[in-house]
Amino acid sequence: MKSILKAINENTILISDGAWGTFLHQRGLQPGECPELWNITHRDDVFAIAKSYIDAGADIILTNSFGGSPIKLKHYDLQDRTAELNEAAAIISREAAGKDHFVLGSIGPTGIMLMMGDVTEDELYRGFCIQADALKKGGVDAFCIETMSAIDEAMLAIRAVKETTGSEVACTFTFEKTVNNEYRTMMGVSPTDMVSALKEVGVDIIGTNCGNGIDQMIDIVKEIRTVDPVTPILVHANAGKPTFENGKTVFPETPEEMAKKVHTLIRSGANIVGGCCGTTPQHIRALVSSIRMKN
Amino acid sequence: MNELIERLGRCVERGKVNKISPYPNDMKGQDGADELTKQSLEAAISPSEILQTCNDAMQRIGERFSRNEVFVPELLMSAKAMHSVMAHLKPFFQTGSVKAKGKFVLGTVAGDLHDIGKNLVAMVVEGNGWQVIDLGVDVKSSKFIEAVKSHPGCLVGLSTLLTTTMMNMSKTVQEIKTQSPSTVVIVGGAPLTMDAAMKMGADGYSPDPQGAVAFLNKFAAA
Repeated sequence: MKSILKAINENTILISDGAWGTFLHQRGLQPGECPELWNITHRDDVFAIAKSYIDAGADIILTNSFGGSPIKLKHYDLQDRTAELNEAAAIISREAAGKDHFVLGSIGPTGIMLMMGDVTEDELYRGFCIQADALKKGGVDAFCIETMSAIDEAMLAIRAVKETTGSEVACTFTFEKTVNNEYRTMMGVSPTDMVSALKEVGVDIIGTNCGNGIDQMIDIVKEIRTVDPVTPILVHANAGKPTFENGKTVFPETPEEMAKKVHTLIRSGANIVGGCCGTTPQHIRALVSSIRMKN
Repeated sequence: MNELIERLGRCVERGKVNKISPYPNDMKGQDGADELTKQSLEAAISPSEILQTCNDAMQRIGERFSRNEVFVPELLMSAKAMHSVMAHLKPFFQTGSVKAKGKFVLGTVAGDLHDIGKNLVAMVVEGNGWQVIDLGVDVKSSKFIEAVKSHPGCLVGLSTLLTTTMMNMSKTVQEIKTQSPSTVVIVGGAPLTMDAAMKMGADGYSPDPQGAVAFLNKFAAA
């Protein structure tokens, strides 16, 4: 099994992939359809997305399993297929990545809040265990628990993955800028809060994803680095905040803009960089040439 | 003002639901919104005064949320406390001795299954004295239109979290407006901006629940 930490320690900046969700919709996934079911019904489309990021030069790709927790799959009455859909997601990305690139198993939030009492800790934990186990069986090297906003859910997910698979785990939160110019998740968690909580459960890589473009990601990485100079940081940035033009959703940040700004992001302390909503293989290709040229 | 009702308002603002609720930490073991509403009614405080006090408390927490002084957990707990107040006041709504400001039909648009934002808006708007008809998630235009017909004079709120469902939101706004041009539609959700909302043909946009209340209150029944 390859180690991402080892690769980072060898002083490389690793480049991750771009958006999956918006890409799946481009290929015909209808709003309201289960993206993870496509791992079975539209395998070739999912493979094409994974492969397009490898072809763009990414060192790391994720898996089409963001909403693959049993709680999320229950919306589509697919909870009994949790293991099958996640394993298929990992197999597809593994095949696209080959032996030389990293595959991170994507795990997203369940959308249910522990504090409201709608779900028990045990239920959440067991769900993440099933998902992690299947992704591991499908061949992922490590995990990326992403788009988190609540400390309790993120800690449970990290514990579940670690205890089930023993693999390296990255965990990224989604922050928004408050009116007071601080960064907080919708649950009120700051980057500083995130760091101390996640380290308690042995996270290997921390970071941030989604958000409102690369400029804000730079601020967030700087805050993380003031409290934690060592833990590797992963950033998956949106291509800016979308606008709505002529009946279509448009993301404003071009590959060139992203590639230009990524150097500040790296100087601020990011070790792994990639894209989130609205980013494309062109964005990743631009990152690759910009970063590799400098190195 | 009566001390009892002042305490009730504080419980709603701080999210103290009832005596056994451990939240917030510094109010552990004290009576919560549930007990204090009951005691207020027993002390012959009018239901409309209770409602007004709690509406004001919800307004304060909603404003603090807009100012990012508190976040989703605090707002949810206040809404939960408000909910326990409303359980006691329900009979008075039924007899007509207290009245809602109007009806608000709300749902997450077709293709989007996210309900946290929509639920927050529902709770805060209800806490402000509106009757909320929550259509749930993944709501098709036809279902909104049906609700508009069965609740004459209602206002409509559409929510979306996904960038991929902004198009469905736009379609839903237009279909509602075609069927019922006078129906007022407000939209909200993480990927939206005022600009996007206006381009969709919505009448209003709010980045947070309190903004929705402020917008709706312009249309409140006197």
